[in-house]
Amino acid sequence: MKIHKYDTVIVGAGGAGMRAAIESTKRSRTAVLTKLYPTRSHTGAAQGGMAAALANVEEDNWEWHTFDTVKGGDYLVDQDAAEILAKEAIDAVLDLEKMGLPFNRTPNGTIDQRRFGGHSRNHGEAPVRRSCYAADRTGHMILQTLYQNCVKEGVEFFNEFYVLDQLITEEDGVRKSSGVVAYELATGEIHIFQAKAVIYASGGTGKFFKVTSNAHTLTGDGQAAVYRRGLPLEDMEFFQFHPTGIWRMGILLTEGARGEGGILRNKDGERFMEKYAPVMKDLASRDVVSRSIYTEIREGRGCGPEGDHVYLDLTHLPPEQLDAKLPDITEFARTYLGIEPYTDPIPIQPTAHYAMGGIPTNVEGEVLSDNTTVVPGLYAAGEVACVSVHGANRLGTNSLLDINVFGRRAGIAAAEYAHTVDFVELPENPAEFVVSQIERLRTSTGNERVATLRRELQETMDANVMVFRTEQTIKTAVEKIAELRERYKNVSIQDKGKRFNTDLLEAIELGNLLDLAEVMAVSALARKESRGGHYREDYPNRDDVNFMRHTMAYREVGDDGAESIRLDYKPVVQTRYQPMERKY
Amino acid sequence: MATPVLDKADAAGQPEPGFADSPYITVTFRVRRFNPEVSADAVWEDFQLEIDPKERVLDGLHKIKWDVDGTLTFRRSCAHGICGSDAMRINGKNRLACKTLIKDINPEKPITVEPIKGLTVLKDLVVDMEPFFQAYRDVMPFLITKDTNEPTRERLQSAEDRERFDDTTKCILCAACTSSCPVFWNDGQYFGPAAIVNAHRFIFDSRDEAGEQRLEILNDRDGVWRCRTTFNCTDACPRGIEVTKAIQEVKRALITRRF
Ligand SMILES: Cc1cc2nc3c(=O)[nH]c(=O)nc-3n(C[C@H](O)[C@H](O)[C@H](O)COP(=O)(O)OP(=O)(O)OC[C@H]3O[C@@H](n4cnc5c(N)ncnc54)[C@H](O)[C@@H]3O)c2cc1C
Ligand code: SF4
Ligand code: FES
Repeated sequence: MKIHKYDTVIVGAGGAGMRAAIESTKRSRTAVLTKLYPTRSHTGAAQGGMAAALANVEEDNWEWHTFDTVKGGDYLVDQDAAEILAKEAIDAVLDLEKMGLPFNRTPNGTIDQRRFGGHSRNHGEAPVRRSCYAADRTGHMILQTLYQNCVKEGVEFFNEFYVLDQLITEEDGVRKSSGVVAYELATGEIHIFQAKAVIYASGGTGKFFKVTSNAHTLTGDGQAAVYRRGLPLEDMEFFQFHPTGIWRMGILLTEGARGEGGILRNKDGERFMEKYAPVMKDLASRDVVSRSIYTEIREGRGCGPEGDHVYLDLTHLPPEQLDAKLPDITEFARTYLGIEPYTDPIPIQPTAHYAMGGIPTNVEGEVLSDNTTVVPGLYAAGEVACVSVHGANRLGTNSLLDINVFGRRAGIAAAEYAHTVDFVELPENPAEFVVSQIERLRTSTGNERVATLRRELQETMDANVMVFRTEQTIKTAVEKIAELRERYKNVSIQDKGKRFNTDLLEAIELGNLLDLAEVMAVSALARKESRGGHYREDYPNRDDVNFMRHTMAYREVGDDGAESIRLDYKPVVQTRYQPMERKY
Repeated sequence: MATPVLDKADAAGQPEPGFADSPYITVTFRVRRFNPEVSADAVWEDFQLEIDPKERVLDGLHKIKWDVDGTLTFRRSCAHGICGSDAMRINGKNRLACKTLIKDINPEKPITVEPIKGLTVLKDLVVDMEPFFQAYRDVMPFLITKDTNEPTRERLQSAEDRERFDDTTKCILCAACTSSCPVFWNDGQYFGPAAIVNAHRFIFDSRDEAGEQRLEILNDRDGVWRCRTTFNCTDACPRGIEVTKAIQEVKRALITRRF
């Protein structure tokens, strides 16, 4: 076991982690621990763009952007945070450009912008061109540019280090972050990182669904680590299902495809979004479009022999436009479906995409231990966190923005905090939890297999807590997850070695997914209304009287060791915008 | 080593929904195994799988890992050719396992899967990527500008100037090119195509002002002049980057000092 000491430790090297690292490395001694090589992070998969009211191609301003964000989130957005997001968006994009990001350009050489779902002119009048982009590779360019600047700044990375536990020490009656425990993939060695400040930037948790745009490695490790230590998770019932995933594979086809003019059609060739969203049509917000697609499918207007998908039609767009603006996604259709998008429509279905919920933070990225109290030394940013700028439904292009704005804020805040404090003493026997977890999995002779449990989990999540939910389906999921958690105790692995033991880590990741799936389902069961990404067929309307509030889920352990989830609620911060009915 | 054969009734043999209408076929994956914790020697091991030919080689590797032999070790993340984790030698050619469909690589014969060459194998298909990333870092892969006053707005760049280096911005640092290069196999000191591609990305970016410095780095004895123009790298690149052309452009820039 090795012990390291850093002012600031960042968990994760996606967009949020590296944006934080660029700031905190300048200000404090920083280590970035990442389970993947930085450039492998899933930020690189983002396609469509990053929102900012630059007004390069038409009139726009940050206030309209704030409004769209609040409305898009079905008014569950904390409006003070959304305002910061929209205001700082402009500098966030310009900063990236100065760091070298190769944005697409307008004829006069400024950053080009395009339309994206839910982004509008003057409070919903018409779609506006707000998304700054680099073809359909915006995330790739952000990830590369941030990594390049980390190389420039000499950021210290610990690659293929898996953070498996958060360390908390009580000092004068206050629970403070004292560091993290990490597992080195190459050697199996355990490392303790004592740190004055820890920033979680470990990304999403989409792998508990089967049809998903998320990478195999998005298993919610950060959320699970803090949750296990008794800290709350906010709004976990809100998960975004992106309308256009490749049929049955889930690989994403960016909303930019519709921004460029692509149209959704049912088996009769009908442009069905005109019925559901007369103004924004195919560019209505994602929850609306995903539900519309499933409504078409359920009412028998789906495509294919089983009527289980619809089409994304790009055939009316000039091939040169597809080549210039959507080169990657057209290639995905060719590679994985054998379809030529110039001439044939692409079969799509909604795909599990983005966790709106996560570790609650304030606008400085400080993690909360209840509705208001900050955990000293603990920060989070990016998809792992819930500020909440996305509320019940994130607008497209607002996450690449979120990771840059709040990654930067968390990096600065953590490093500055580190200057003002001493190290917090590590708890006694800091590696205890991780050591025993690994020991148990390595020596278990149980008869359950990780892959089987994971498949069953993914199937129950897809069937029961996806686009449409009811009390019945959610209860089915809750029961199934409880069964799987029980069976997980009997999981055994085949690889008993120390070197690159990915068999062991997949088992640990599954444990995290199971914990988080349970929080999601239990939070969803209690929310007896429909809002944004959370749609209850038994409660189809938004209920602002009872549910205009954030869910806060806490893990409780009884004296007998029995675990349970306690739900509490947190008020929504409303400043300028009163809730209105959401129409597109 | 024993060759595990999958029972058709096994979970791995169940057709994935979505491919229910297409016939499952039996393929043999012949995988190069190496684990120094077990043995100093690398061996070939055969696995027979029932698989839909429209699935990816990565799906096949997952079926082995998840249902047959959990010790099989490889890197992967995104599963759709965007993160660069899973470059490997498949039937003797460098490819991404997640971008290679079974049907496209003659599943009648055993499909051979081995680690990329020229980098030290650590376990099964996992190689040491450090030398690869070191070469990348050595070309100063970041925008360098000399202006003392940062502009308040973005720097302007014409669409044509942006287009000039578009191809090399696509690189995902998968190492498929570098590890297919015979010069790199024989001499690990050579920067290798990927590093040159990433130097190109900045040398030809109109905003960058350190082209000369980068060219000097690549003028080194281990630099661009080692390239023998075998085009292996261009064939290997899963992003369709014209790697050899980029290297040629860097060579030309070194001669003409115009870029
Ligand atoms: C296909 C796709 C397309 C998208 N397109 C867009 C778009 O066009 N616009 C937009 O705004 N948003 C888009 N999004 C959403 C957006 O890309 C993500 O929400 C965002 O990139 C998340 O960034 P992150 O830094 O929080 O996490 P990630 O980039 O996922 O990074 C997570 C990091 O955490 C590390 N990590 C995880 N667990 C551990 C652990 N236990 N120990 C150590 N390290 C760990 C990983 O190694 C990785 O470096 C898209 C998402 C997907 C999936
Ligand atoms: S140039 Fe192509 S093959 Fe080489 S590292 Fe980049 S993406 Fe991979
Ligand atoms: S797994 Fe990401 S490129 Fe293949």
